[in-house]
Amino acid sequence: MSANSLTTKAIALRARRMAFGRRADWLFRAGTLLFAWGVLLVLGAIIIELLVDAWPAFSRFGFGFFTSSAWNPVTEKYGAASSILGTLVTSFIAISLAVPMSFGIALFLTELSPRWLRRPIGIAVELLAGIPSIIYGIWGLFIFAPWFADNVQWRISDTLGNLPVIGVLFQGPPIGLGWLVAGLVLTIMIIPFIAAVMRDVFDVVPATLKESAYAMGSTRWEVIRHIVLPYTSVGVIGGVMLGLGRALGETMAVTFVVGNAHDIHTSLFMPGNTIASTIANEFTEATTVPHRSALIALGLILFIITFIVLALARLLLMRVERGRGEKA
Amino acid sequence: MKFSNLTKFAATASLAALLGGAAHATSVKQITGAGSSFAYPLYSAWADQYAKQTGVQLNYQSIGSGGGIRAIESRTVDFGATDAPLNEKDLKKHSLVQFPTAMGGVIPTINVPGVKPGQMVLSGPVLADIFMGKITYWNAPAIEKLNPGLKLPHLRITVVHRSDGSGTTFIFTNYLSKVSPTWKKEVGFGKAVNWPSSGNVGGKGNEGVAAYVDRIRGAIGYNEYAYVTQNHMNYADMINRAGQRVAPTAENFAAAAANADWKHAPGYYLILTNQPGAKSWPITGATFALVPAKPSQPERTKAVLKFFDWGYTKGRPIAEKLEYIPMPMSVVKMIETTWHQDIHPTIWK
Repeated sequence: MSANSLTTKAIALRARRMAFGRRADWLFRAGTLLFAWGVLLVLGAIIIELLVDAWPAFSRFGFGFFTSSAWNPVTEKYGAASSILGTLVTSFIAISLAVPMSFGIALFLTELSPRWLRRPIGIAVELLAGIPSIIYGIWGLFIFAPWFADNVQWRISDTLGNLPVIGVLFQGPPIGLGWLVAGLVLTIMIIPFIAAVMRDVFDVVPATLKESAYAMGSTRWEVIRHIVLPYTSVGVIGGVMLGLGRALGETMAVTFVVGNAHDIHTSLFMPGNTIASTIANEFTEATTVPHRSALIALGLILFIITFIVLALARLLLMRVERGRGEKA
Repeated sequence: MKFSNLTKFAATASLAALLGGAAHATSVKQITGAGSSFAYPLYSAWADQYAKQTGVQLNYQSIGSGGGIRAIESRTVDFGATDAPLNEKDLKKHSLVQFPTAMGGVIPTINVPGVKPGQMVLSGPVLADIFMGKITYWNAPAIEKLNPGLKLPHLRITVVHRSDGSGTTFIFTNYLSKVSPTWKKEVGFGKAVNWPSSGNVGGKGNEGVAAYVDRIRGAIGYNEYAYVTQNHMNYADMINRAGQRVAPTAENFAAAAANADWKHAPGYYLILTNQPGAKSWPITGATFALVPAKPSQPERTKAVLKFFDWGYTKGRPIAEKLEYIPMPMSVVKMIETTWHQDIHPTIWK
């Protein structure tokens, strides 16, 4: 009798626990689902909001909004060309300088550096990544730009500036502000991100793979080229995209050094602007509908550029993976 | 019984409020404002002293004139502050009352090797031609003609302007529009304009312009007076409407304000540039406050007006110390009459 009741109690307890477990499972599932959908919801809301607020600018200026570099708040004529071009040029300068340098840093840290030096340099790279962008902007404006103008810029325009074809890129007054300086400051800002990611992915290459290659008589470069890089290509591309994303959207540091002129010049030494810097400069005082709408339209364009970059990265990754599959 | 007590209390309270003594009847402990960054140092210094004397705090957000106008239009703050006055139509549309709170000057700042502060003098048309990109070197004949005693270098002029929309730009370009028909036609004036000269550089905020002018040899920009004196910047004198050479001093800004015809400017829409008078500094401007004409919270608007009344009277030394020009007392009287005429009478009950 008593044993029987104990068994029923135990069974009841077990059933209760299972019921509770099911409920908890359901709650957890619903919770995570909600958070995940929340991301999509926010993204969708942002896109809709941008489209609605940018519409007046698109309908007023039409396709000319993308090709015109006019920016006249007095007559209410706006065009995005100088901002779009500035964003692309500064980011291109930054990424094309930062990738090889970061690659070098990461390789040195994982393959070549003496063991005692790894930690200090590694920590230094991580610290650089943590510096707020406004600090880079102030440093760029007060220290880097004057130094660049006084010591580097006129030397470049005296030498490279005389070359045919590419010479026009390096002519102009040495004032230390413009696309090139903005691109260089961006380079310094994104190196830590790319280098840190590259180092981390290089670190996870299995030692057995590398040692096997060395055992076959490969040189260090051959190991890096044929073992480390193929093994880590996904991570490396991810790191580069992270850097590029940051360069495209960087606001404060660029605003300080880009010169903030709504002009398109052939020279990288001349003042220009970027999408992010234009928005940061003008949003607070944009009182009229066309002005505000033009700035929001710029935001939408930046959104689209970032989206295209991400999509290209995905495509690249898919091709890399497929290529590996075929080889195997 | 209870009712009569209340009315008695209310009567005494409103009397006390009208007398404007320290005994505040209103329970408003904090007022909020937003807008002009030009006025921010002044309002925050006033607010500091005002809070000590009356216990009423001011929460002022220096988000720029445009933001201030938007904030008061949507009534999210008790007052808005702007450097570019709203015209009568906009005031009517959003049911706002506008009045000037203080004045200041805008100064052409320069970086020309061998020229010390105040040694160079520029005229309005020459200044406009420089900013148009028509005069491109410092030793151009037009500049040399104005400065026969100065040895000017053959140095390229780099125009520096504000990259953010700004009341300072509004005042400066308004002046250029008044003195140069070409500027008026091709550029116009506003808180931001399309700068015509090639290779012009935009700096964010007064400090951005100051940093560029300071650094770029051959640069010319424009800054607020307070910024020029506090940072010992190199500047040029101006030739005013009366044809006199004037230096940027508090006295000369005040002269410009004294000669202004506030009485016939609806909504105090008056821009003090290019004013007559032998001593008037030609690039002078005022900063304005906006309050609702039919306040939904009368006691809050009243607290705002009390704050500015305090600023006009007891706050004068603070304004002068910060290099602002206080409104002349005659203008203050007009403003306070406007308050009584244009703001819905409930707030005076």
